[in-house]
Order: sequence, then C-alpha cells, then structure tokens
Amino acid sequence: MAVSKVVMPKLSEQMETGKLIKWIKKEGDRVQAGDIVAEVETDKADVEMEAFGAGVLRKILVQPGDRVPVGALIAVIAEPNDDIASVVAEAGGAAQAPAPAATTEPAPSRPAAAPPSKPAAAPAAAPKLPQRGDELVTREAPKPAATGTPATAPSGAAHPAAAAAPAGPAGGRVKASPLAKKIASQSGVDLRLIRGSGPGGRIIRKDVEAAATAGPSGTVAPAYAPSATGPEYEDVALSSMRATIAKRMPLSKGPVPHFYVTSDVAMDRAWELRESLNGLAGQPKISVNDLVIRACALTLLRHPGVNASFQGESIRVHHRVHMGIAVALEEGLITPVLRDVHAKSLAQIATEARDLAERARHRKLRANELSGATFSISNLGMFDVSEFSAIINPPEGAILAVGSVKVQPVVTDTGLGVGRRMKLTISCDHRVMDGAMGARFLQDVGRLLEEPLRLLV
Amino acid sequence: MAQRTAKGPAPRVPALDEELARRLLFDMMLIRRFEEKAGEMYALGKIGGFLHLSIGEEAVAVGAISTLRPDDYAISTYREHGHCLAKGSDPRRVMAELFGRRDGLSKGKGGSMHLFDKTVNFLGGHAIVGAHLPLATGVAFASKYRSDDRVILCFFGDGSVPEGEFHESMNLAALWKLPVVFICENNRYAMGTSLERALAQTEIWKFGHAYHMACEPVDGMDVLAVRDSIGKAVERARRESAPTLVEARTYRFRGHSMRDPAGAVYRTKEEVEREKLRDPIVLFRTRASEAGVLTDADVKALEKDVNDRVDEAVAFAEASPEPPVEWLFTDIYKEND
Amino acid sequence: MPVITYREALNLALREEMQRDDRVFVIGEEVGLYEGAYKVTQGLLKEFGPRRIVDTPIAESGFTGAGIGAAMVGLRPVVEMMTFNFALLALDQIVNSAAKLHYMSGGQYHIPIVIRGPGGPAHQLAAQHSQSMETYFYHVPGLKVVRPSTPADAKGLLKSAIRDDNPVIFIESETLYAVKGEVPEDPDFTIPLGQAVVRREGTDVTVVAYMGMYYRAMEAAEELEKEGISVEIVDPRTLRPMDVDTIMASVRKTHRAVVVEAGAGFAGMGSEISAWIQEHAFDDLDAPVERVTGENAPMPYARNLERAKTPSKDKIIAAIRHVCYANGG
Repeated sequence: MAVSKVVMPKLSEQMETGKLIKWIKKEGDRVQAGDIVAEVETDKADVEMEAFGAGVLRKILVQPGDRVPVGALIAVIAEPNDDIASVVAEAGGAAQAPAPAATTEPAPSRPAAAPPSKPAAAPAAAPKLPQRGDELVTREAPKPAATGTPATAPSGAAHPAAAAAPAGPAGGRVKASPLAKKIASQSGVDLRLIRGSGPGGRIIRKDVEAAATAGPSGTVAPAYAPSATGPEYEDVALSSMRATIAKRMPLSKGPVPHFYVTSDVAMDRAWELRESLNGLAGQPKISVNDLVIRACALTLLRHPGVNASFQGESIRVHHRVHMGIAVALEEGLITPVLRDVHAKSLAQIATEARDLAERARHRKLRANELSGATFSISNLGMFDVSEFSAIINPPEGAILAVGSVKVQPVVTDTGLGVGRRMKLTISCDHRVMDGAMGARFLQDVGRLLEEPLRLLV
Repeated sequence: MAQRTAKGPAPRVPALDEELARRLLFDMMLIRRFEEKAGEMYALGKIGGFLHLSIGEEAVAVGAISTLRPDDYAISTYREHGHCLAKGSDPRRVMAELFGRRDGLSKGKGGSMHLFDKTVNFLGGHAIVGAHLPLATGVAFASKYRSDDRVILCFFGDGSVPEGEFHESMNLAALWKLPVVFICENNRYAMGTSLERALAQTEIWKFGHAYHMACEPVDGMDVLAVRDSIGKAVERARRESAPTLVEARTYRFRGHSMRDPAGAVYRTKEEVEREKLRDPIVLFRTRASEAGVLTDADVKALEKDVNDRVDEAVAFAEASPEPPVEWLFTDIYKEND
Repeated sequence: MPVITYREALNLALREEMQRDDRVFVIGEEVGLYEGAYKVTQGLLKEFGPRRIVDTPIAESGFTGAGIGAAMVGLRPVVEMMTFNFALLALDQIVNSAAKLHYMSGGQYHIPIVIRGPGGPAHQLAAQHSQSMETYFYHVPGLKVVRPSTPADAKGLLKSAIRDDNPVIFIESETLYAVKGEVPEDPDFTIPLGQAVVRREGTDVTVVAYMGMYYRAMEAAEELEKEGISVEIVDPRTLRPMDVDTIMASVRKTHRAVVVEAGAGFAGMGSEISAWIQEHAFDDLDAPVERVTGENAPMPYARNLERAKTPSKDKIIAAIRHVCYANGG
C-alpha cells in the first residue's frame, strides 16, 4: 500500500487557505478511503474531509486551529511498515510552511485542544512535544531487568522498529479501559476531556464515573450578555465566512454589470396547490421557495441563455441546472447547491432543499455541495420583504430574489378583489444577457407559478 | 460369514467339507475383490487419506476369525478391512466408510484406518502401531472379570513387535492369564523396514517363551493351517483363560499404502513375484478342487457372487450422502444414559 | 456433617461407587497390597478383593490401555496413576485411544474410565515429580479434566467422574491429601462435572484459582480485605468442560480478573481463561486480565528455587492490586 498524503483540500474556486478544526481520526487509527478524517473550515463552511487512501493515520502535521495553504500536507496515511520519513521531511519544506497570515486561534470551547502549534517547518524528527498523559507513563516504562541477565534485557538492536516508529502510545490516542468506554458512551462523557488515572494514563471506570457526576466540563456561556457598565463597543474579528463575503462581494458588484428586472406574480393558485399538497399524508412539506425553485428549474431549460456564465472570452451555457439556494446563517450567508434540479420532482426538491438548509445551519455540508451552481435563488420571504435585489455569485449569470407572498387588493377583470402577490427580482450579468432575456425568463417563471399544476408534471 | 456357524470349539484337524470350503474361499475372495476395488476407488479419488491393502494376507484373517463365535471379539490395526469383513461386517457399510459417507460403519468419521462394528464385535482399526495390544488385553481382562468365556483375537503386524506395548501386553496377559490370542501377521516388512532390520529376534513367535505363553509359528498363506493353529489358541483361551502368541507368516502383495503402490524400493520384484506364487486364494482353490469339494463351476459362482457384493458395496457408498456438517460435533462426548 | 481429609473423601467415593456398581474396579501400581502410594485406596483390597483391586507392574501404557479396552466392552475402570507424571507414559493411550474411540467409531464405543492420581507441585520432588499435568490433557476434545480443591469436591466430583460415560482425567494433589473439610455422608451426594463454584464473594476483582492456588488466593483475599479490596474467588473445579458462564458472570460483576495457576504460564489454563474473558466480557473489563503463573522453568529441587518457581501469595496480591489500580499495584 502506497503512502498517501493528506493535504488541505481546495474546496472552492476561491479557497486559498483552510483551517483545521478537528481531527476525527487519531494517529494510529486505521482508515479506509472515504472515511471522514477531519473537519476543515473553509471560507464557506465547515467541511468534512475524506481520506483518499487506505491505511493507518500515521502522522498528523497540523493541529486544530492551524490555518494552512491549500495543498499543504496535513497528515500521512500509510501502512504501519511503510517508511514515511521522506514524506514527512518534505512537508518540513516550503509546502508545509504556514501561510504568512496563518494564525492559531485559541479554541476555548474545546478544552482538549492540542498544545499551541509549533512551527510546522520544524524537522519531523524533532522530539514530539509533550502530550497530556506522558508524565503518567510510569508503569509501562521499560524497567531494567532485576537480575541484569542479558537474556532478559532486550538489546536495542533487536528492536530497530521501536526507534523508527514516530508515534508512541501517548501519541494522542485516548487510552481507556473497555468498561470505561462503555460507561462513557452510555453517560455521554467525552473521554477526551478526562484525565486517566490508570497505568500509562489509561482512563478507567472511576475516572469516567467521576466525570459523569461532575457534570458537563465546559458550560456554554451566553453569546452576548448586555451589561450597563460594560464598554460601549467592541471590535469583533471577522469570521472566516464574513471575511470571504467582504472580499468577494465587491468583486461581484464592482466588475459585474448588474441589471434588475422585477415582476409581480399572482400566487393564489400556487398557494392553494401548496395547501392541498401539504394536506396529503406522507408527503414532504412544500414551501413557496420549493415552488419557485421548481418553476425556475423548468424555465431555465427553456431559457439556456439565463442558465449561463461569463468566462471572459466566452459565455458558457449550461445544459443542466444546478441551483444555488441562499441560506441565511447567524454569521452570514451560504449558498449550497441542489444539483440537477431540472430532473427533480417537487417532492424531491422539497426534501433535498430542506436537508441542505439544515446541514448548512449545522455546518455539515460537503465540499461538493458548495460550488458549481449555474443559477441561484435568494428568498427573504420569511422576513416580510416586498422585494429586494440580490448580488450575483460569479461566475453565475443571474440570481433571483424572492419577496414575501403578500395578501393585497388586486384589480380583477370585474373589479377589485383580494389576492396573493409575490415580487420576483432577477439580477442579471449584462455581459451574459440582455434585459429582454431576463424579462422573458421572469415572465415564464411567473406563468408557471400562476398555472402551478404544470409544476407537477 | 464363516464364524456364524462355528459355534463351540473348532475341530482340531479341520475336515474340508464343501460348506466350510465354500465359506473360507468366499470370504477370502470377498476381501481380495473388495480391496482391489478399494484401490481402484482410491485412484479415482473416491477414497482419500491412507489406504492400506492386505491383498496376499487374506488367509490369516479368514482362517483365524473362522474359529470364533459371533460374541467373540476381534481387534486390529489400520490394515483391517479384511478382519472387519471376515468378522461379518456389511461390505456396503465398510465401503461407505472408506468413501467418508454417512452410512459408513463409523458415520464417515473414521475412514479406512478406523473401522468399528459393534454389531459383530469388531473393536476397531487402530492406527498407532502397537497401541491396540493393551486394549485387547483389557477386553480379555473384562471377559475374565465377568467370567464369561468370550475370547479376543488381536491382529497386529511385525512392526508392533519392537514396540513397548507389545511386551507390556504380552506380560500382562500372561501374568493375569487372560483369554486373548495375539496374532502377529508377519509380512516381513514394517512399512519399508524388513524384519532383519527391526528385530534382534526375528522368530517372533519365540517372544512367547519369554512370557511363559503358548506360542507357535504358522504358515499364514495356508488358511487351513491358520484355522488349525488359531482354533487351538481360541480353545485355550476359552477353556483355560490363557493367552497365545501365534506368528502367521504371510506376505503383502501390494505396497505399504497407496503411496507405495509397488512396494518395490525395499524389496525386489523377484521376491514379490516369488511370493505371489503362494497366493493363499489360489492355493486353497486348488486344494479344494483337488479334494473334490469344489468344482470350477462352484468357484465361478462364488466369483460372481463376490463381484456382485463388491459392486453393490460401491453403488451403496456412492449413493450414501456425506455426513452432515453438524456431525463434526457429535460423538465427542457421550451423554450419560 | 463429618470433617474428613481429602484422602479419606476420595477413598469414600471409591468405596461407595464400588459398592454401588460391580463394573467399577481400581487398577494401578500399589493400589492393593500396598494400599496406595498415597493411601487413597487404603482398605479397598480387603473389602473388594483382588478381582476388583488390581495391582499392576510398572507398565503405565499397558495397564492404562487395558483399562480402556475393558471400558470399551462395558466395565468402568478407575486407573490410578501413582503420580500423574507417569501418565505421560500412557499419553498415547489417553489421547489417541480413550479420547477418540467414541468419535472414531461414530459413537459405537464409549470409554467410561477415570484416570486419577496426584499431580501439580509437591514439596522438593524436583522436575520429574512436581509439575502441573492438566495442561497435557485439557487440550484434547473427548477428555474431561477435573481438579478438585476441597475434600467435599474430591468426593462429589470423583463419584460423578466414575458415573460419567466418558474418559475423565482426575488430578488430585499430594499437598492436599491431608486437608480436612466437611464432606456429606450421603452416598448419593455428587457434584456435576463442568460446574464452577464461587468460593468467596467479592466485588472488586475476580480471581480464578484451583487446588493449592485456590488456598493461596484465599489468603491473599483475606489480606486485601483489610485494604478494602473485595476479592471474589471462582474455582473452576472442572477444567474441561469449563464452566465459562460462572466465570464470566463474576467478571461482569467485578470488571477485573486475575487467573492463577501453578503450572508454567505459557499456553496454560490462564491463557485460555484470559482469552475467554476478553472474547466474552471485553466491554466489561476495567483492566487487562492478569495471569499469575508458575515461572517458565522446570521445577527445581532447592527450597528457595522451588519457592521462586511457584506463584506466591505476594505475587497474587500484587496482581490483584495491579488490576484494581490500587496502591502498590
């Protein structure tokens, strides 16, 4: 089995660095290709990182909190017998050097966080930093043979592997007795937070029981505690996501010539249809946004010029519709992608869109769910917004902003009535399309929503 | 089989009547044909492991066992197809055992070297050389303990004689005066080691003198001579509860096992061919024919009968299923009744 | 209940079973006229006569094989090994004949035989006469192996062994023959083979021990009681078939185990029981199973070396403390 390098993945076009949040696997764990080995924070989300090779996670080179450039070696997977020294040494060079801007963020919410990261350029052969528990290794330290007979004293030469093996038993693996593990899993105690009192730092039953009765070790403080006497303001550092938004939005609004087309859509029948569908047992709940997604998806197939992106020298017209769905989070905005949405039924869209949004809120999206949209929808309907216009996510050619469905007086053929109306505003990249194209597209989306049974076929 | 009607002591000088001649010849021919067929089945892969043929030695098994009552015992080595068949086992079940099938005598768990048949008091094929001599001693001990008059014939090869267990058993049987007849089938080779290369005393029967035991040599190619000698020994065991050592001088025409088909490395071809001239079946057939007790037609009829029995045995074994896998774990321990 | 010695308990078991069943007889070296090298058969020749108490010459393979042959045809021999060390001379008969005839004959012939005698470490008898012999037998499917620790067990288990239809290796101990204990008089009293017993209840650690090691473990337990360590002692009594359930139940209760055996540890009973525990009670363990075994050397003659070879009370205590993560462990 070949030595497999684990590098900081490039998870989006724009991603330049990534921060290691936590290791799911520990040194010494056996991993299969596809196993989640770590969580990485990108500019868009916390992403679970898969292993691409099988073997044992032999060496971890980047500690939680460290930010490293895309492509940097962060771990090595290999079979126990494989020599990884050269691979690790290579990482000591330029490739592994942290980005100049790299910072190590304190992680107060993770008490078990690793010691402050050392410069990654340190030679791999340098002695390991002391790990918690090392000082407890007393019993298992080799004892001089009591009698001193040569037969019982293994010669160093007989164990060359011992010298070469980089990861000792205290190399970050949590050692706990089987019973302690069982009790911990039953009582929800995180073994990583416990100091073991057994030989070699082994966590034993009484350690877990003590931890369980002591209660949760890290109580979560309220995020914001207003106080009459506190300072008048504080400067909050940009989160990774906010920093990205701050960096990227001018790159859109500046260079991309936006134009906007707004249209009013009668939503009475769509509303009725939605009510009827949601009355059916065993069906996923359909939202207005789901109807809009479906309408856009179908319409985009007939308006390929809108499902297009600017490529500098050319315009790329997409044959499949991958819909970016903007999801508001506390700390910003994220746009997970619903792929091949043109081929999906309303029920599928409802189910998958909800799942994406849910996972976006828990920052559990996978890298491939964060890029590749051909068109996006941003819906602020839940905030009682009449209309708004959205900023295009380059290289996409357009984005649709969806307002609230409002009950309002409407002029009918015979007079004045009450109806449900919704405003759609499309932002278009003028380099890709013209006003008429955007208008025709919007008109067809409106028609579909006004004759919503078409959405079901 | 021959012993079925041999109730009571055998006559001192066996008169060769037609009935006896027919039975002795039939038994010897059955063993011969059965083993020839077994060799063929081994070559076809139907039989595995070790297969030791006694072709050439049939007169010892048949002559000796013809002197027993059905409730008497016989015990033997791994070269025991002949003893088992002579004691009366169903050739079909013997062949099924060789095939490793569920209808075999030992349910397919024993194979060629471990034939047992409690219904005819055949106490087994034992494959550790010399190890069944103490068992035979114990069986004889039990007969004496119970004061029944059942006798045991213990067959073994010349290869057992240098073993300690031969001497321990001879001593115990003589010391305790037990009804056992030790029959050494001296075929002159313990596997590939000739008698001269194995024993300081090659007159094996003389070991009986060392233990104050009745003993004699007998021509193992002459079924009537064997019958005469063993008949006397059985009578001694039954009447006087005293053991006997008989050395039956015989010869195996085949190799030690199927892995030594010609048996030609340690002995000359000329020797084998010379011995084959004393084929016990041919000798007895000629003698019966000359005495006028069996005609050619009688022999032909016997041959056909034997062939049919052996073909039937093969068909039966072929048709018998393999033992179910669950049987791996049965018969390890006996549940108390 | 009368208090008698282990030796008397065995003698009583033999007498009762011989009275009960005429098929039972005793055979071996010095069992009759001499009344037993260790006097286990004392008085039996007088009571049952030479037909049933059979003195043999020194021919272990011969008379053991004879016992097996007699068992094949329905008798129930009790073969005495003057010491179990001599059973190695009969090992082929025990392993290849007694253990396997039932299987090889497809269940036609069974071997109801008991082979009994003293084994295990004795006092200054050196390498050939002082060793744990059970190892050679409990590996073999078809054999049952019994090691009775107390006078009551000696009687109850020997009676069951004689009544069993299978070959039973019944290894006593020279060092226990004089041990006294309460033994039921009831001739119907038996202890089933394959049944372990909890000799001492405790909560912190399970110690599995039998024979002399059981007594040593009891002393260790009493001493540790003063330190607040509560030791449960399980005596397997029958090593094959092993009553795994009783051992596992105890380990699941205490979460720790120490296995003590007098014999050399390599591939010994401690290895087997440890393996069982980790296979069946892994998630219940709070510490690795520890073995306290005889050292991997032949038994020496010199008194001090002999002491060093055999598991001591202190070694047992150290192991218990160790698995309990206690001071000094």
